Amino acid sequence: MRPVRTSVVTAAAAVAALTAVTGCADKSDAKADGAAGSIKVTATDSSCELSKNDFPAGHVKFDIENKGSKVTEVYLLFPDDRIVAERENIGPGLKQQLTAEVKAGSYEIACKPGMKGDGIRQKVTVTGGTAAKRNPALDTAVAEYRKYAQEQADETLPKVKVFTDAVRAGDLEAAKKAFAPSRLGWERTEPVAESFGDIDPKTDTREDGLEKGQKWTGWHRLEKSLWADGKIGQDEKDLATELDKDLADWQKRVGTAEITPTSMANGAKELLDEVATGKITGEEDRYSHTDLSDFKGNVEGAQKAYELLKPVAAKNDAALTTELDKQFGGLNTLLDKYRTDKTSYDFTSYDKVSEGDRKQLSDAVNALAEPLSKLAAAVTK
Amino acid sequence: MSDTTEATEPARSPSRRALLGWGGAGLALGAAAAGGTVAVVKGGGSDAVPAAESGAAVPFHGAHQAGIATAVQDRLHFAAFDVTTKDRAALVQLLKDWTAAAAAMAEGKTVGEGAYGGLAEAPPDDTGEALGLKPSRLTLTFGVGPSLFAKDRFGLESKRPEALVDIEQFPGDNLDPARSGGDLCVQACADDPQVAVHAIRNLARIGMGKVAIRWSQLGFGKTSSTTPDAQTPRNMMGFKDGTRNVDGTDTKALDEHVWVGAKDGSDWMTGGSYLVARRIRMHIETWDRTSLQEQEDVFGRDKGEGAPVGKAKERDEPFLKAMKPTAHVRLAHPDSNDGARILRRGYSFTDGTDGLGRLDAGLFFLAYQRDVRKGFLPIQRALARQDALNEYIQHVGSAIFAVPPGVRDKGDWWGRGLFG
Ligand SMILES: [Cu+2]
Repeated sequence: MRPVRTSVVTAAAAVAALTAVTGCADKSDAKADGAAGSIKVTATDSSCELSKNDFPAGHVKFDIENKGSKVTEVYLLFPDDRIVAERENIGPGLKQQLTAEVKAGSYEIACKPGMKGDGIRQKVTVTGGTAAKRNPALDTAVAEYRKYAQEQADETLPKVKVFTDAVRAGDLEAAKKAFAPSRLGWERTEPVAESFGDIDPKTDTREDGLEKGQKWTGWHRLEKSLWADGKIGQDEKDLATELDKDLADWQKRVGTAEITPTSMANGAKELLDEVATGKITGEEDRYSHTDLSDFKGNVEGAQKAYELLKPVAAKNDAALTTELDKQFGGLNTLLDKYRTDKTSYDFTSYDKVSEGDRKQLSDAVNALAEPLSKLAAAVTK
Repeated sequence: MSDTTEATEPARSPSRRALLGWGGAGLALGAAAAGGTVAVVKGGGSDAVPAAESGAAVPFHGAHQAGIATAVQDRLHFAAFDVTTKDRAALVQLLKDWTAAAAAMAEGKTVGEGAYGGLAEAPPDDTGEALGLKPSRLTLTFGVGPSLFAKDRFGLESKRPEALVDIEQFPGDNLDPARSGGDLCVQACADDPQVAVHAIRNLARIGMGKVAIRWSQLGFGKTSSTTPDAQTPRNMMGFKDGTRNVDGTDTKALDEHVWVGAKDGSDWMTGGSYLVARRIRMHIETWDRTSLQEQEDVFGRDKGEGAPVGKAKERDEPFLKAMKPTAHVRLAHPDSNDGARILRRGYSFTDGTDGLGRLDAGLFFLAYQRDVRKGFLPIQRALARQDALNEYIQHVGSAIFAVPPGVRDKGDWWGRGLFG
């Protein structure tokens, strides 16, 4: 199961990386211009200065110093405001580091004194440098996956409307029935939705995931009303409309998501992680117990990303793709035990799944997720 | 039976519960009196372990697997696995991968290509928490459970040794299936708990998709030793226990009682041993409310010195008849069991509390012997029936494994004799 790697190259790269890191750490205080290869960001309550505004693509490091009196945060942003990387909560007088893997293009750096508003911005340019060589097969995979993510969002909206219409009509049974199907497309492509940062907290947060002062909205809030409280009031009807709106926002933005072959591969693994931590325990759909439907959606989404990357991965590590085919097959077969009709997403209610059977599902998820964690390496080398 | 009732009801002779069949069984199994103990870890009275010794590497290759007669290390992580693959070749490959990883870890090396420095996009091969730590005398000992020999699994039915019996249910056992059995086991012993945990964690990870951990147990404060001439460590009840073990240095006793012989009927096991693992929960709170006299009567030793009843020193030969007929030491002694002896590697465990606020603690009992039918079984039958200690303990997990002979060299692997 170990990936075949060119250990000489790996070892050499490791030494270089280590040198760079320690070198930076040692010198960041001594040199005004930041350490070798790093960019110094000096933030005050009214300014945001950079030691340089253009730098080569690849691994970049920002040495941030807050010389102001307010707590600040620093963002590296795409031109359309999507976040590449961020560092929050930098207290007055403190130094922090921010690192990112950046491709050639235009970006902005924003300092946000008081952690509010759009921040004080600086344009930066990233040039050629060490950007990875493009592989046409991988470009195809990314394009196909982008299409898939869009399709999932497009197909999800009408299904969500069936659900939210039922809520607005006060039809408890119809709403319950439409709940799980409304989530499938989302569950299949969750890492993409999560990459936006602001949609997921509104649509898919569980009660115990709320931050202080955060209003609970989205699927799980409605799930609780339907199953635990057994009633639909005006609040729920309003929340249904809000869910429509937030998911329409997702549908509109999904095409702009930053997708790379490695983010696809690691996204697939993250979908399995979602299963391993949230669904196996029954925490995800704790009121409706429709966890297995979400589970299936996560696996399908992971499998889609894998299938798209497989041509490249198989060339680099055939043993890995053989193993992944086997483990996807094993997990899908196991999941099929919990539905009578293999074309439907009506799965056994998760509270009816015994501890022993949950252990079996957990073992199958581990058996798949472990080799899946090696997919990114297999498409990278 | 609540703990409170029990406290007001000091049990002298066999208690009501014992009569009702509340056995359990010997903690000390082989705890008899006099006998050997540690040299390395706690030199008589001195706590100091020479740093070089406790950090050293124990050779992985040899005629017998390390971790049996090896001087007992201070920490344990024991894991039992279910084999989830049906593919014999995949299982064999896993055993080869495991052996390579185990040999590396025993030398204090990382697994695969290490814990850092590889591709940034991939998780490292080694989990990394043992980086910078010494080998810490890590031993990894591998065994095979009866379930692996089942029909229609790997075609091993005819290779199941007769001595690999299905252990019967003893009176008083309250076995939890989730803490019992297993197709395979790996015992990791080390002087540093992080080294032992790292080893099991990495083997489990390598095994994902072929095997899954069924249960595992952490242990500390070894409660017995395999080396003579040191103070016997105390168990969670505060007593010296396991004094009369087979010493790891006593070649003659090892050959007689521990190592499977060439004529024992299963070729692939020659030079191996049979392991019985029992999770023995102690009713700590009731024990602590028990009078000193009762405690000493239960064991048949005094609590301070550890001397058998009527004797002055821990290692004085016990006079069994001076003890109560239900005394633990008396029942476990070889003289009461036709000379049956085992090699014991017990560890204390404390897994926090049990939800009722009771300490989930006890002894994780590990016994190696040449034939379970002549070692553990007769002793445990006697203990389960009569041992006064049963009032205070309960066996909650049980497993048996055939532990093959040592991995001879780099070309050899765990289970080669069985699958090869
Ligand atoms: Cu004992």
